[in-house]
Amino acid sequence: MSGFSATRVLAVMIKEFKQLTRDRLTYAMMLALPVLQLLLFGYAINSEPRHLPTALLVQEDTVFARSITSALRNSAYFDLVAQARTPAELDDMIRRGEVQFAVTIPGDFTRRVVRGDQAQMLVEVDATDPSATGAAVAALAALPTQALGADLKGALARPTAEPLFEVVVHRRYNPEAITAYNIVPGLLGVILSMTLVMMTALSVTREAERGTMESLLATPVEPIEVMVGKLAPYVAVGLIQTAIILVLARVLFDVPMQGGWLGLSLGVALFIVGSLALGFLMSTVAKTQLQAMQMSVFYILPSILLSGFMFPFRGMPAWAQALGEVVPVTHFLRVVRGALLKGQGLEDMWRELLALVAFVCVVTALAMARYRRTLD
Amino acid sequence: MTLAIDVRGLNKSFGDKHVVQNVSLQVEEGKICGFLGPNGSGKTTTLRMLCGLLTPDSGEGSCLGLDIITQAGAIKRRAGYMTQKFSLYEDLTIEENLQFSARVHSLDRRKDRVDQALERLGLIERRAQLAGSLSGGWKQRLALATATLHEPRLLLLDEPTAGVDPKARRTFWDEIHALAAEGLTVLVSTHYMDEAERCHEIAYISYGRLIARGTAQQVIADTKLVTFNGEGPGIDRLSSEISKLPGVDMAAAFGQSLHVSGTNRAALEAAIAPYRREPYCWAEVEPSLEDVFIRLMETSQDNFR
Repeated sequence: MSGFSATRVLAVMIKEFKQLTRDRLTYAMMLALPVLQLLLFGYAINSEPRHLPTALLVQEDTVFARSITSALRNSAYFDLVAQARTPAELDDMIRRGEVQFAVTIPGDFTRRVVRGDQAQMLVEVDATDPSATGAAVAALAALPTQALGADLKGALARPTAEPLFEVVVHRRYNPEAITAYNIVPGLLGVILSMTLVMMTALSVTREAERGTMESLLATPVEPIEVMVGKLAPYVAVGLIQTAIILVLARVLFDVPMQGGWLGLSLGVALFIVGSLALGFLMSTVAKTQLQAMQMSVFYILPSILLSGFMFPFRGMPAWAQALGEVVPVTHFLRVVRGALLKGQGLEDMWRELLALVAFVCVVTALAMARYRRTLD
Repeated sequence: MTLAIDVRGLNKSFGDKHVVQNVSLQVEEGKICGFLGPNGSGKTTTLRMLCGLLTPDSGEGSCLGLDIITQAGAIKRRAGYMTQKFSLYEDLTIEENLQFSARVHSLDRRKDRVDQALERLGLIERRAQLAGSLSGGWKQRLALATATLHEPRLLLLDEPTAGVDPKARRTFWDEIHALAAEGLTVLVSTHYMDEAERCHEIAYISYGRLIARGTAQQVIADTKLVTFNGEGPGIDRLSSEISKLPGVDMAAAFGQSLHVSGTNRAALEAAIAPYRREPYCWAEVEPSLEDVFIRLMETSQDNFR
């Protein structure tokens, strides 16, 4: 009975295969995960986003202004989605994150171009996510010739070496294009999701698996009491994690913190509660801790890939963006980045907060409905 | 006489499996009722329905005067339930497990009660030990102490002594008798015949149906089983041969002796007649509870098919 026996290896192998196929969820995960990853990585993720929403403020009605407008319209990088009437309105749009670019063509633009007097147009960029805008900003260099080359003929023709006007690019919120400013606040969402969803998902299935749930159910304790009692310690865990991440973001990465503390606090509170309730919901569905683990992985994957954490949200095709809107982390990231990097107030982020409220309500209601006070 | 348990016509199905069929059970206050039956016969399901962990598909009744369907919450406060599997928190200490139970039941004088329970168990010195590190017998005693901390009026025990050594089992049963003496009603499921004999009365369930009920003597007498005990060298080897004979319902070897049972005395005597010779020696004996149960198991199986 020594040495290497192929029969014995085969015995173990056959048993392993059988066990693998017996757990439906594991089986499904093995097949679904690669497909999901392929679809997400392959189709949805694009590190050179095009069609970025752009707002335009035109302070003169001239041929040149219209030429620039149509040049922007023709560019694959910019989608003109709004016309602002005042600089303040334009500023609001970019602060709320409705547009990625805010283009201003000043009132004396045509006059200066014709005179050759250092004409300028201003492009303000929401640079919170530097990777989202890099390629588009680079494309701006070719704009003057493309836009006005055809208009400046005859008497107005210039030697081509000299630019017709200057495109002043103003990177707002993250002027040095430091990636960490975008990633570190985003990590708050990912870390909270990973630990909180997984921990609570495991905590209830652990009781079911070890048999302590039966004893617990035989006591007078009510479902809501179990849920609140089980989740409260993890709320504390989530708050401690938040504090650690924010302090490290400030100390190690120098992440700017512009304010928006009220919105941020509300967002963190909602997100922690929602994540815990989601974990609890998973644990009412999962039969084993392994299944609970797999479910949380299945949730965390799109939270990282589709939320705009790792890859620019606006770089994704419309269907992937629609999917991303369903992921709670997406809205939480907007709240955190908006508050820290842009100093957004409640009036700027109420939509995202509302989305988080909806997330908490739906998931809590489902979890309560699924939790059984009996073993039926 | 007051009934602590009084249920009629309980039914429960899981999918297409009819696990409990029309079970009616009455247990008097202060009595220890042994709940017996083969594996998978519906004992655990019945116990779970009695303490509100499962809702019966149909049937009615009360525990401690409270309706098992509409007042499950109130029953949970007044009953103690000990599961088949050790189901305390293994990663909490002995004392913490007791404290948790005390808090969940909103008990007053928590510290006193926990200390008293520890003292009764003789675990004062080991109170800080993790429950998971206890031996099987101690785990069951701790589980019993936890299930009775809130001074329930009814105790439901699901195979509390499975896999526990004889001495620890005896201690466990002494505790149960002490509790019953204080007026507690106990319904306990078990596979051990010596334990069944320590109960005031027994209920036998098979394939979801209650088929025998009464004191151990009554149940034995009711089956009208006749048993002969044969002794002699090598008689145990005859077991399979004799069990095939007409009139013999079963033959079981016990060391050097053989129990042969049947319900028809004449046929049974005829069957063993050829073996009434040297070196064997036969005598009629009172059938043991085990003989009776195996008989019940076999006949109910026949009925079921």
